[in-house]
Amino acid sequence: MPEIKVTPLGAGQDVGRSCILVSIGGKNIMLDCGMHMGYNDDRRFPDFSYITQNGRLTDFLDCLIISHFHLDHCGALPYMSEMVGYDGPIYMTHPTKAICPILLEDFRKITVDKKGETNFFTSQMIKDCMKKVIPLNLHQTVQVDDELEIKAYYAGHVLGAAMVHIKVGSESVVYTGDYNMTPDRHLGAAWIDKCRPDILISESTYATTIRDSKRCRERDFLKKVHESIERGGKVLIPVFALGRAQELCILLETFWERMNLKAPIYFSTGLTEKANHYYKLFITWTNQKIRKTFVQRNMFEFKHIKAFDRSYADNPGPMVVFATPGMLHAGQSLQIFKKWAGNEKNMVIMPGYCVQGTIGHKILNGQRKLEMEGRATLDVKLQVEYMSFSAHADAKGIMQLIRMAEPRNMLLVHGEAVKMEFLKGKIEQEFSIDCYMPANGETTTVTTNPSVPVDISLNLLKREMALGGPLPDPKKPRTMHGTLIMKENSLKLVSSEQALKELGLNEHQLRFTCHVQLQDPHSDADTLHRIYTHLKSVLKGYTIQHLPDGTVIVESIVIKVSSSAEDSNTKVLLLSWSYQDEDLGSFLSSLLKKGLPSGIC
Amino acid sequence: MKSLEILDFPNLFTKEVVEDPFTEGPVHFHEVSQTIKVLLVWDPVRLPCTFHLLTGIVQPEEGALLERQTVQATQQKAICSRDVSSLFGPIPAFHNTLWSIMKSVQPTAFGPLPGGIPRWLLQLLPMYCLSGHPTLPCNVLKFKSTTIMLDCGLDTTSVLNFLPLPLVHSPRLSKLPGWVSKDGTINLEKELKECAGRVFVDAQPEFCLPERELLDLSTIDVILISNYHCMMALPYITEHTGFTGTVYATEPTLQIGRLLMEELVNFMERVPKAQSATSWKNKEIQRMLPGPLKDAVDVWMWKRCYSMQEVNSALSKVQLVGYSQKVELFGAVQVSPLSSGYSLGSSNWIIQSHHEKVSYVSGSSLLTTHPQPMDQSSLKNSDVLILTGLTQMPTANPDGMLGEFCSNLAMTIRAGGNVLVPCYSSGVIYDLLECLYQFIESANLGTTPFYFISPIANSSLEFSQIFAEWLCHNKQTKVYLPEPPFPHAELIQTNKLKHYPSIHGDFSSEFRQPCVVFTGHPSLRFGDVVHFMELWGKSSLNTIIFTEPDFSYLDALAPYQPLAMKCVYCPIDTRLNFHQVSKLLKEVQPLHVVCPEQYTQPPLTQSHRSDLMLELQPPPMPYRRCSVLNLPFRRRYERIYILPELANSLVPSEIKPGVSVATVSALLHSKDNKHTLQSVPKPPPMPPSKKRKRVIEEPPVALAPKPMLSGAVALEAFLATLQKHGITEVKVEETADGHILHLQAEDTLIQLEEDGTHIVCDSEPLRTTLRDLVLRFLQKL
Repeated sequence: MPEIKVTPLGAGQDVGRSCILVSIGGKNIMLDCGMHMGYNDDRRFPDFSYITQNGRLTDFLDCLIISHFHLDHCGALPYMSEMVGYDGPIYMTHPTKAICPILLEDFRKITVDKKGETNFFTSQMIKDCMKKVIPLNLHQTVQVDDELEIKAYYAGHVLGAAMVHIKVGSESVVYTGDYNMTPDRHLGAAWIDKCRPDILISESTYATTIRDSKRCRERDFLKKVHESIERGGKVLIPVFALGRAQELCILLETFWERMNLKAPIYFSTGLTEKANHYYKLFITWTNQKIRKTFVQRNMFEFKHIKAFDRSYADNPGPMVVFATPGMLHAGQSLQIFKKWAGNEKNMVIMPGYCVQGTIGHKILNGQRKLEMEGRATLDVKLQVEYMSFSAHADAKGIMQLIRMAEPRNMLLVHGEAVKMEFLKGKIEQEFSIDCYMPANGETTTVTTNPSVPVDISLNLLKREMALGGPLPDPKKPRTMHGTLIMKENSLKLVSSEQALKELGLNEHQLRFTCHVQLQDPHSDADTLHRIYTHLKSVLKGYTIQHLPDGTVIVESIVIKVSSSAEDSNTKVLLLSWSYQDEDLGSFLSSLLKKGLPSGIC
Repeated sequence: MKSLEILDFPNLFTKEVVEDPFTEGPVHFHEVSQTIKVLLVWDPVRLPCTFHLLTGIVQPEEGALLERQTVQATQQKAICSRDVSSLFGPIPAFHNTLWSIMKSVQPTAFGPLPGGIPRWLLQLLPMYCLSGHPTLPCNVLKFKSTTIMLDCGLDTTSVLNFLPLPLVHSPRLSKLPGWVSKDGTINLEKELKECAGRVFVDAQPEFCLPERELLDLSTIDVILISNYHCMMALPYITEHTGFTGTVYATEPTLQIGRLLMEELVNFMERVPKAQSATSWKNKEIQRMLPGPLKDAVDVWMWKRCYSMQEVNSALSKVQLVGYSQKVELFGAVQVSPLSSGYSLGSSNWIIQSHHEKVSYVSGSSLLTTHPQPMDQSSLKNSDVLILTGLTQMPTANPDGMLGEFCSNLAMTIRAGGNVLVPCYSSGVIYDLLECLYQFIESANLGTTPFYFISPIANSSLEFSQIFAEWLCHNKQTKVYLPEPPFPHAELIQTNKLKHYPSIHGDFSSEFRQPCVVFTGHPSLRFGDVVHFMELWGKSSLNTIIFTEPDFSYLDALAPYQPLAMKCVYCPIDTRLNFHQVSKLLKEVQPLHVVCPEQYTQPPLTQSHRSDLMLELQPPPMPYRRCSVLNLPFRRRYERIYILPELANSLVPSEIKPGVSVATVSALLHSKDNKHTLQSVPKPPPMPPSKKRKRVIEEPPVALAPKPMLSGAVALEAFLATLQKHGITEVKVEETADGHILHLQAEDTLIQLEEDGTHIVCDSEPLRTTLRDLVLRFLQKL
């Protein structure tokens, strides 16, 4: 039985360093290659030694697919391809290919330049790695090789995020990456067709949450920001440079315009301008409304939002600052946080999920005293707010996607074990399909049951169709008989006659003849006619012919009559049939042995 | 009926299994004898003028027909009726002709064919050609059960017969004299005006639509669009025709196509002309007109431009597709667009099932301009390749033309004149602007204003920047930086290029001369270009440079004569030339090529240039407007799926090294054009009490017929086997073809021969034992 194997190297019952291995139809595919924000040691990257202990991965993988540009999905890419070694194809969408190297470079700078780590990938490695990338278009069917094909679907979540359908023969797997099922202010909702994969591998970040309407959350967010500004406080919003940031910018921009607010909004890091530029050039990846109006008004040209300078942090008066990175684990957002943490008028709004181990995660869990590097502690006095703006599907959304794709099995990754357990139960109950949630390094094996595609000879198929009448009646399927010829890689189904011809074989005829003695005081011709009448009455629906040359033919069985030499009342019947009519011939011989019933004329 | 043409395809269909291509129309069936049958097939709805006469031997198993004749009425219009009864009723002559053909094969009775033939078995692949314009094609293909329209190009060359539509009142045009025939018998002063010896229709310009009578447009399932120039007739096809299908196009094709349609509507509606001219279309009158009006075809079918509402409705039927996306149509057919390298989002299409492949090549380019390069390899292994949209300027080199364009432009500006470039608002203009971007500084044109005037100028420039996925590699790389892929963004930013929706408004106040103006429409019959022609035509300092190849520049200029301005003709057509296409065809090796008839002979003006035509082996099948072709196909196999349960139950046996066979008895399911085989369910066991009786009285129900046998029974081995089973007294007698075994104790004979075994045995138990022993030596198929 064919099997599909799925092994998470990262993101198995965890969020961070997404990296999932899939073995399908003899092909090995790696899905995402991310880093873990919560670790600074070896655990930061997936454990590639699982694939091979010695050396390069090229021979062990047919391709690598990156779902989107977040570092927990692509952060280990240069490490994997340049330091461990992989020269095979890497697939990602155009926006991901554009943005990914920038985030990687950013990540590298923070790690190497600021933290002083050595033995890390270099700028050149990022460039070399990106050279191996083949861009994917939405819905394009990409033939990785003769058997393996992949197709990308829109996933929402961030600019260029994709779900991917992987197919080998009639077996298939869908990997969602991160996705969201509700359109937001800048992106559309994820969509997939009814592709009925054998396994749907879905993220489950918000496995237990069913979030209230986006509108409420937006109103809440604006209210909090507004209140804080009103009382003269500073608002810090840690974000990733690309993604949520743009959505919130659009939100604040329109709010500022409507309310005629004057407090400055800043966006940190040089990425801003650039980031917005990506959105302008990849506008086809945004939501319908933005796409429709972009010629008249490009939503990513902001009037109220200005570039941030480090010195502004100490300016008096209210302000709103978007700063990277989003989980307060390093960089500018962390610096500003340290500056503002002591004042209770200030506020930090965490608009997304924070990985364990990050400061973001700690303060969200109510920690008010933070141990900083160099043994200093930081008292957190500012207000901490959490707004779930990160664009992941919630439980409802995940169920919705299952309904869309109709998978035969479900596999959860990118979530916390406890929450997954809950969702797994729900899925199994509602859809009656198996749901798996392997931990890192644990392999899930799913047996598939693919149909075998065969080429049937048109003659044979037509013969069957003709027998069954013009319209195929689903209630009355027809039996079909043929010979399957298996030669090299081809499977052909043909009629037996054609099979003999194609294989250059001679037919071997097997015939049977038997004599039956019968007491019947009539002339030979009359006896034959009596047999004919008898068989006519017994065998309904068979072709029975009484031929003038003194034979009765039932289908292809020949019956002749002669008188016995000794006694003219004893008739000898001669029955002859071929192996193909074995059942009928055998039946007739036993039937006639019992003699003819009286009363037949 | 005056004439009937009988087309014969003896090679195509001899000894081929031929099916009825129009199962939905009535099929008349006639039996001459038990084996010779005649089918007369016609399709009253879709193809009233073509009849198929099928004669020959019908084998019950094969359904084979030996000969097929297509009877086509050459005067199609005469019998273009949707009602078949009118064919067999009111037009008795035609009826009689058919009868006489029928009689030649001795018909004795006429009756319906018992049972129809399922649609998916269709073997013929009819193609209906609705447009004769080689670069603005519109063909309909019936592939398996699906009716597919390939492009719907709008032939706009008809507008050249009309007077230009000026944006502001033109005293010159309004003073043109009306036309009266020389003998004075025909007076069409109101409708026709004369200018410099040519006659023009003074009415809203009209377009020549694809043929709409050849088949019922409401039966079209899908329309595949290859590029935005080839979709301009879409509203005429999808609106008011009962069309309920889906249109497939790439996103750039849809967006830019929408813009071009919007522009066309805007051009027309901006200067409404109430007057309509129909008198000149009268056949008798048209005959008397001077050329080219006299020779215009199908003038009654010409239509005015559609409305924006119709455009929106038509485009709402478009479903977006990406390159290499596989789109399944009704389970039977898969279509897939491929990059064609001609314009943003332009595509060729693959139409295929598991065993057949048609490639549709339309408007392709191998030049590296801005679009993604052409995907050639996916066209390989086609049964049929439909080739349209080759270059209209086979002798003009696009690069040379570009050079000429720049030098003429610079020369005129230096001399203090203005340059007018009549062009489409998307496409080559992006390349022109890019070329100028590099040229401006070196030619010292830094201060010359460049204007792009069109209601869609801004949108076109903006849209060009957002289709990174559809651009060539160089431009994609720019987007990754992120920079706009086209340098016209910089031209706009530095104020070198300005765009305006029309000559009214801001433009009139900001306009400086000398300048370069890009504006439409390239036919010079409507749009802002008409104004510039009137404005600049009188001065020999100015130059008009034609870059679009769609219109003859002399015809375009005709209503403006006499002109003083210089005319430069540098048509830039990046589509495949004959040299490139022969090379391409050599590489992708299609079995058959279908193309417009224009490609099978050298151009009229260059009849000695045999290099300007397609020369192929086998020769291409040419088509013209209103042709109906039967594309040649040889289908032998169909895809079927064996369900896993059945697959596991099959017992393969090796016949030769590497070749195994297994007999299959299974239930056939056919649904949604997909066939599956599943195991035959076991019949429920009979109640044991009745079983005995039944066996004797009920004749056997054959669940599975016995397989065919192959091989031979070896004498020695068989004797040894008999011995093992206690049959020892065997007398062997040699015969001419083998041996006869006499089993003396059992009084049984077994005749063993190379290709047969005959068991003569009266005892049933012994017979079955012997049967099983013999079977051990044979292979079952």
